[in-house]
Amino acid sequence: MQTKPDTAPDAPAPDVPLVSVRNLKTWFEIRGGVLDRMLGRDAGTVKAVDDVTFDLARGEVLGLVGESGSGKSTLGRSLLGLVHATGGSASFEGQEVVGLDEPALRKLRSRMQMVFQDPHAALNPAMTIAQSVGHPLTIHGRLKGRDEIRAHVAKTLERVGLSPADTYMDKYPGDLSGGQKQRAVIARAIVLDPVLLVADEPVSMLDMSVRSKILKLMIDLKDQLGLTYLYITHDLASAKFFCDRIAILYLGKIVEIGEARALYAGPKHPYTEALLGAIPDPDPTRTIPRNLPRGEIPDAAKPPRGCAFHPRCPRAFAPCGWELRDLTPVLEARWAGMEEQAHLAERALIGEIPAEVMEGTTARLPAATPGGGADLLAMLERIRSEDPAEPFWTGIKEMRAEADHVAMEFHPALTPRLYAEGTTAAACHLLDPGLTHPRAAAAPVL
Amino acid sequence: MSETSANAATPADAEDPILTVRDLRVFYGTPRGAARAVDRVSLTIRPGETLGVVGESGSGKSTLGRGILRLLPEGTGVDGEVLYKGQNLVKMTPDQLRRMRGPELGLIFQEPMTRLNPLLRIQEHFEEALKQHHPELKRDELRRRALAALGRTGIPPTRYRQYPHEFSGGMRQRIMIALALVLNPTLLIADEPTTALDVIVEAQIIRLLADLKKTTGTAVMLITHNLGIVAEACDRVAVMYGGKIVEEGDARSVFADPQHPYTQALLRSTISLETTELHTIPGAPPSLINPPQGCLFSPRCGHAMKVCARKAPAEQRLEDGRRVECWLHCPGAIPAGEEAPLERQEITVADEA
Ligand SMILES: Nc1ncnc2c1ncn2[C@@H]1O[C@H](COP(=O)(O)OP(=O)(O)OP(=O)(O)O)[C@@H](O)[C@H]1O
Ligand SMILES: Nc1ncnc2c1ncn2[C@@H]1O[C@H](COP(=O)(O)OP(=O)(O)OP(=O)(O)O)[C@@H](O)[C@H]1O
Ligand code: SF4
Ligand code: SF4
Ligand SMILES: [Mg+2]
Ligand SMILES: [Mg+2]
Repeated sequence: MQTKPDTAPDAPAPDVPLVSVRNLKTWFEIRGGVLDRMLGRDAGTVKAVDDVTFDLARGEVLGLVGESGSGKSTLGRSLLGLVHATGGSASFEGQEVVGLDEPALRKLRSRMQMVFQDPHAALNPAMTIAQSVGHPLTIHGRLKGRDEIRAHVAKTLERVGLSPADTYMDKYPGDLSGGQKQRAVIARAIVLDPVLLVADEPVSMLDMSVRSKILKLMIDLKDQLGLTYLYITHDLASAKFFCDRIAILYLGKIVEIGEARALYAGPKHPYTEALLGAIPDPDPTRTIPRNLPRGEIPDAAKPPRGCAFHPRCPRAFAPCGWELRDLTPVLEARWAGMEEQAHLAERALIGEIPAEVMEGTTARLPAATPGGGADLLAMLERIRSEDPAEPFWTGIKEMRAEADHVAMEFHPALTPRLYAEGTTAAACHLLDPGLTHPRAAAAPVL
Repeated sequence: MSETSANAATPADAEDPILTVRDLRVFYGTPRGAARAVDRVSLTIRPGETLGVVGESGSGKSTLGRGILRLLPEGTGVDGEVLYKGQNLVKMTPDQLRRMRGPELGLIFQEPMTRLNPLLRIQEHFEEALKQHHPELKRDELRRRALAALGRTGIPPTRYRQYPHEFSGGMRQRIMIALALVLNPTLLIADEPTTALDVIVEAQIIRLLADLKKTTGTAVMLITHNLGIVAEACDRVAVMYGGKIVEEGDARSVFADPQHPYTQALLRSTISLETTELHTIPGAPPSLINPPQGCLFSPRCGHAMKVCARKAPAEQRLEDGRRVECWLHCPGAIPAGEEAPLERQEITVADEA
C-alpha cells in the first residue's frame, strides 16, 4: 500500500489547495405533471447547490453543515462527479471535474472516495465483506490475482479495526453490527489509497457510543494516511470536534464559512447562531432559547427572495427580501393562538394571499369582498400595532387602501454577499455597515 | 425548562403516582429463543411529570413504552404489573385497553406519516379520534376542541381541511401531538418524537412539549436516545441497558453526577459542544437471548469486580432518592474476596455495536 499521498510523484505544490470550488451550481429541473405542461407552467428549478465557493487544503477537515435539503449531499456528489454540476468550477489536484466524461471521472475517483450515511444500504447484502472491500481493486485493475487482492483487503480491514481480518473476510453484511458495517464501508473507501474522502453523514445512523468509535477511526486514518476530509453532517457538535473549518449551508448557499473555533465562538450569521442555540445539550445548565426561528426550510423550488433565511430570521429587516407571501406565516402564527370567532372575523376581510414569488416591489393584497380595501388596511394596521416587533413589517415601505385591495410597496430585495471578518465570513446584511438595522440601537448585533 | 423541573418536583412529589410499573417483563419469541427486551422494570410517573427514558439502540425503550400500553406484536410475552388508577393494565382485555388508549393514555410515534392516514383530511383525523371516545359531542364542539388543540401546537385553523402530505415533517409531528392532546390524556408516551426532524424543528417541538406540560398538566414519558433532549425537557430520567433500568432519578442530579458506571460511560461518550476528547465504551451491548451472567454491564465495565460476573447486583436507593443497580453501591453485601477486580480477556476494537 502506498503511504502518505504527499509523497506521490504527481503531488502539486503544497500551497495549492487540494480542492478548489468556484461558483459551483448544481440545479435540478423538476418537471410538473401533464396538466402543468399543458398550461405552459414551468414546474421550476431546484437550486440544490447555488454559487458555492470554497477551498479545501491538503490534510484539512472541512465540515459541510446544514439542515435536511440544504444541498450538502448534492455538493459532495457534484465534487466527485456523481451528479453533473450545472455550472461553475470544481478542481481536484488542479484538474477540472465539472464537465469531465465518465472514464476520466472514474480515474479521478480512485483518488477521491465517498462514505455514505447508511452502512446497511451501502454494502451489497449478497457479497462477502472481502468481495465488497476488494471490489474497487478489481474495477480499477489495481491488483491482479485473487491472493494479492485478498492480502490487500485483509490489511485494509485490520487498518479499520476489523481485526483479526480473517474473522470478517467471509462474513456477509447481515452478520455485522452497524458500527462494524461502517468500518467495512470505510475500508472499501480507502482500499484504493485515495487522498480525499467525502464522508456523507458517516455516523448519523449509529448509536452514540459507536459514533465516537467511528470518528476516532476516521481521525486515526487521517493521521496515518494523510487523508483530507469533506465531512457532511447536520450535527454541529461532532463537526465542532472533528473539523478544522466549517461551511454552513442554507438552501444551496454557503451562509457562513471559516475557521471552526472562531465560528463556534462567535457565529456571525443568525442561522448559524440559531443552529448552535437549538442543540439540546446534556449539560443541565444550558437550555434552548425562546427565540427559535419559526417554521422550517421552505420549498427549494420557490426559495424566498433576497436572503433565503429571511422568513424565519428573528433579526431580518428591510432589505432582506420581504414579499407578500411572507404574510401567510405571520397571520397563521397569529391565528393559531386566537379564539375562533376573532379569527373568522379577520379572515372574512382578507382574500387569497398569493403563494407565488413576487415580482418587483409592489403587490396587491385582495380584500375578501368588493369595496373591502379600507377595512382590510385597517385590520393590517391593527395587526402591525399589536406586534410591531414582527420583522415582516420592516419590509413594507407603504400600504394604501384601494377599492378592492390594499396596495403594498416593499423595500427592494437585496441578496447578501459574504462579508469576511477575522477568520470567518458570513452572508448577512447585518454585517454591511452601509445598511442600518432599524432596531440596531436596541439590540446590538455582533 | 429548568425552572419548571424545579417547580414541578415539589407539588408532584406529594401526589400519588398515576402510573406504577412493577417488575414488568416483556419477551419476544425469536427462532433462537426468547429475547428479554424488558427485564423486571419498575417505575412510577406522577401527575404532570416528565420522565425521560434513555438508552442505546436495542436497550428496550420502545418495548417498555409499548408494553405499558400493551401495543405489542401478537405472541409477545408480558408479565408483571402496570397499575394505572388502581387497575392492572396487564390483566385487562384488549377491549378494555382500547377504551383507555387515547383519553387516558396517549402515544406519539417517531414517524407521523405512518400514523396519519394520507386519504383523510386533518379535520377527519380529529373527528374520528374525538367521536370514538366522546360520541356525545356535537359537530361544533368537536371542531372547537380540535382547533384549540391544533392552536396550542401552532397549527392555524386555515390548515384544518388539508391533507397530511400538504404539511412539512415538523408540522405533521405537531399535528400528531395535537391529535394526542385533544383527548386530554393523563399520560402521554412519546417515542422518539423528534428523531426524524432537523435540529431547529426538534428544538421547537421540545419547547412545545415543555410548554404543554406547564399548561395542561399531562404527564409525559419521553423515550429518546438523545441525552440532551432529556436534560432539556425531563424532570426525571431512567437509563436503560439490556432491558433493565440501571439508574433512575432526578434528571439534573443524574446528569451532573451519574452514579452507575454505564450512565457515566454513556455521558462521557456522548459528543456535545463541550467535547474535547473522544471517549468510547469498549465492547457491545449484551445479547438479550443469552445475556451474560451477573451484572449485564460487567463485560464492559471498568470497575467490574469478581462478584459482578457471578451475581446480578440488587437495586439500591441512594440518599437523593435515586435508584442504582450496581455492586459499587452495596459494598457490604459483596462476599469476602469478591471485591477483587475482574480479570478478563481484552475486548477487540471491532467487537462492538
Ligand atoms: N436528483 C435530484 N433531482 C431533483 N432534486 C434533487 C435531486 N437530488 C437532490 N434534490 C433536491 O436538492 C435539494 C438538496 O438535496 P440534498 O440531498 O443535497 O440535501 P442534503 O443537505 O444532503 O439533505 P439531507 O440532510 O436530508 O441529506 C433538495 O431540495 C432535494 O430535494
Ligand atoms: N417484534 C420483535 N420481535 C423480536 N425482537 C424484537 C421485536 N421488537 C424488538 N425486538 C428486540 O427487542 C430489543 C429491544 O428493542 P426496542 O425496539 O425496544 O429497543 P429501543 O431501545 O427502542 O431501540 P431503538 O433506540 O433502536 O429504538 C432489541 O434487541 C430488538 O431487536
Ligand atoms: S440577511 Fe441577515 S438579517 Fe437579513 S434575513 Fe438574512 S440572516 Fe437575517
Ligand atoms: S455491578 Fe459491577 S460490573 Fe456492573 S456496573 Fe457495577 S461495578 Fe460495573
Ligand atoms: Mg444528504
Ligand atoms: Mg425504539
